[in-house]
Amino acid sequence: MLRFVVRRLLLLVPILLGVSLLVFVWIRALPGGPATALLGERATPEAVAALEHQYGLDKPIYVQYSKYVKQLATLQLGTSSTSRQEVTTEIRQRFPATVELTIAAGLFAVIFGIPLGFIAAKHYQGPVDHTSLVISLIGISTPIFFLALILKYVFSVRLGWLPSVGRMSVLIDIPHPTNFYLLDAILARNWDAFVDVSKHLILPAIALGSIPLAIIARITRASVLDVQNEDYVRTAQAKGLAPRSVDFHHVLRNAMLPISTIIGLQVGLLLSGAVLTETVFAFPGIGSWLVDAIKARNYPVIQGGVLFVAVIVVFVNLLVDLSYGVLNPRIRLSK
Amino acid sequence: MRGKLLKFALPLVAFLALIAAGCGGGDNESTGGTSPSETTGGGGGGTLVFGSAADPVALDGILVSDGESSRVIEQIFETLVMLKPGTTDVEPGLAESWEASDDGTAWTFHLRQGVKFQDGTDFNADAVCFNFDRWYNFKGSFQNPSATYYWQTIFGGFATYDPKSGAPKDSLYKSCEATDENTAVITLTTPSSAFLAGLTLTPFSIASPKALQDFGADEGSVDADGIFHPTGTYSTEHPTGTGPFMFKSWTRGDKLVLDRFPGYWGATSDNPTGFNGTGAKIDQLIFRPIADNAARLQALQTGEINGYDLVEPQDIPTIQENSDLQILDRPAFNVGYVGFNISMPPLDDPKVRQAIAYGLDRQGVVDSFYGGRGEVAKEFMPPSLFGYADDVPEYTFDPEKSKQLLQEAGLTPPVKIDFWYPTDVSRPYMPDPKRNFEAFSASLEQAGFKVVPHTAPWSPDYLGKSDEGQLQVYLLGWTGDFGDPDDFIGVFFRSPQKQWGTTDSHEMDDVQKLLEQARAETDEAKRTEMYQEANRQIMTILPGVPYAHNKPAVAFQANVSGYVPSPVDLQSFATVSVG
Repeated sequence: MLRFVVRRLLLLVPILLGVSLLVFVWIRALPGGPATALLGERATPEAVAALEHQYGLDKPIYVQYSKYVKQLATLQLGTSSTSRQEVTTEIRQRFPATVELTIAAGLFAVIFGIPLGFIAAKHYQGPVDHTSLVISLIGISTPIFFLALILKYVFSVRLGWLPSVGRMSVLIDIPHPTNFYLLDAILARNWDAFVDVSKHLILPAIALGSIPLAIIARITRASVLDVQNEDYVRTAQAKGLAPRSVDFHHVLRNAMLPISTIIGLQVGLLLSGAVLTETVFAFPGIGSWLVDAIKARNYPVIQGGVLFVAVIVVFVNLLVDLSYGVLNPRIRLSK
Repeated sequence: MRGKLLKFALPLVAFLALIAAGCGGGDNESTGGTSPSETTGGGGGGTLVFGSAADPVALDGILVSDGESSRVIEQIFETLVMLKPGTTDVEPGLAESWEASDDGTAWTFHLRQGVKFQDGTDFNADAVCFNFDRWYNFKGSFQNPSATYYWQTIFGGFATYDPKSGAPKDSLYKSCEATDENTAVITLTTPSSAFLAGLTLTPFSIASPKALQDFGADEGSVDADGIFHPTGTYSTEHPTGTGPFMFKSWTRGDKLVLDRFPGYWGATSDNPTGFNGTGAKIDQLIFRPIADNAARLQALQTGEINGYDLVEPQDIPTIQENSDLQILDRPAFNVGYVGFNISMPPLDDPKVRQAIAYGLDRQGVVDSFYGGRGEVAKEFMPPSLFGYADDVPEYTFDPEKSKQLLQEAGLTPPVKIDFWYPTDVSRPYMPDPKRNFEAFSASLEQAGFKVVPHTAPWSPDYLGKSDEGQLQVYLLGWTGDFGDPDDFIGVFFRSPQKQWGTTDSHEMDDVQKLLEQARAETDEAKRTEMYQEANRQIMTILPGVPYAHNKPAVAFQANVSGYVPSPVDLQSFATVSVG
């Protein structure tokens, strides 16, 4: 078990080197650069050259990259070229927002996806199954930004039930010791704030969770259908166990293995979906931060932000792998 | 097994609780759908929430050049001279009056008395000179053109010249002297009048010397990427000026909160809002960054914000049709033009340039692609600016006249021209460059030209090519920064530029001299005449054809009043009230 974890953590080094190199080269291949982005259309060639010289962007790319890797080795991510703040500071401010949003979206997907798939499998080929298929297909094929606009139009603009932008009403003031606003509200014992933050999470979570929900529902359905025909299920039924007990203790439990894999894989999807969702909902997380950075050719932020997200995805997948052992004793990892 | 199911059940319960909590509070006043103005407590002036496109960079005026920073700085700080609301006319600010020496180099500013900074310290001539000397003595990365763009635009270089910085060598600024408590004399190295209008810009805001020092405004380090990283907290937590609002808090990505400054100068018991009634009417002003245009519009519709700027042309009808919302026009302060490189044959012949001018259906383009907010431009600066001449040569669309001019020039139609337009850009003066190009191209073909289309991404390719003088005929434009003709025709034509081919051609030499003289002239009436004459000459020589001025739009809820849109986007929220 420990050896497995250590091996996976060591694998992080080549993964991160690869990601950093890719991002480093890719953003430099984009037209324009931080100097032209900062100076805008008033840039004179001399000013751009001077700025590029100051940023070291006039040096060969391998020199820039080796300098960057040396800086990374000391866990420095540099300074944002637009806000002039440390990238690590900005990650600390921004990441909790994305975590809250991703967890809310993930929960939404799991809580509605698994029952939907399960019920569909139980009513295989029936109208419920077909309805669930249609819902899933709509969920998978609707672009996030479109769904977000519709949700906002209906629930914010028309009905006025839910807010359309941000993490919290601007009129509420609470201290932010953790930057996890739900947690901050609890710490401040401000329940109005807690309710307000929760409301701000609902629409983005639905928009972001819709695709994972559909995928989880489909996988759950297929997995349950598979397991249902296994001998041990038939044995359990033959033993006279209550259908409920069979469903929960034998079918769903064994069907959870592929489902949990899929849930783990969704984390990457959720983080990439957060880019769009956060932009549309003006949700100040990592996603909207990276979009702004790409527009401004803010190299330190793009490099640091993408690297950070890569680390998170790797860690979550590691956790998912470890969870297999918990779900299925046959593949305990120490063996 | 039961215990393990519980692992899934727990988050489920938590999430359901969360949803229940969310739905349960449906009538709570702090949701969307409720105007922020209705939910405030406090002094009765209310709160205004303004949707900005982005966070400011920093709140130290001299070190920023972006519009979102300026918008906030304009509320906290004031400048020696200000703009009359809604215009580009210079009027007294922190200086009550001023005069220039006969040679136009020494400018004496008589300062307003009894003005206090928000930290309680006195505003006086020493404070003014402290600020100017701070700027002039910037070193290292502060001389970086992205850090002190406007200082370098108006004043040029610094006390010490660093060839690596990219900043110019010579400075217009010489010294600042506090001759008494309320008199500051700013001395320039050469005569300039344009600098006075430049002083209305937020970069030249007068800040509290004590706050600048206490909170380390100039402290910082340069990181491995060469980017300056401030270590002081002045520009993020303690910006301190004399303006009607004072800084309260800033959570990046979330909100920036300003409170009404109760000690605003001129406030008396019978005039509680201060001098000229320009003290703030609202108690609190909150800027909320929303980068996405559609999201800003929806937030206005739900009442989560009370107003926003930079309204997209396609959203204007939606806002106009909604009786709870209103659109305000920002006076046009931009110009879109078809530029020529007048040293590239056949454009070195004025007759060919005139033929192109007559061949451009400018009215058609403005009518079709500016959503009713554009007007045809007659010269290279907006009509609201002094120095605009009514009697310049005009070139109304006339294809027959074009062909005739081409023949007079000894050319046989169709005459081939290389016409460039940019992609990946939308500007107020040019909402959709491709459409403008297509319409112009069609009208030019009627007028005896054979248009060869060329295109490049706006930045850096297109702008780079035009700077290098590689484009023969091209679409470009300009949005002004401050109310002086030098910021329009001065920028284009005062010095030879490759873009216009004026580095090789000498047709514009007289105009250049005239613009140089006009910049130095201190007599306002004479300056106006000189710029009018320059406009007449420019439109006769025709180094390009200006075709559009466009009015950008600002949106508010219908219950917001008192906002006076400024042509240059410098407007105080002090006069705004809600409800």
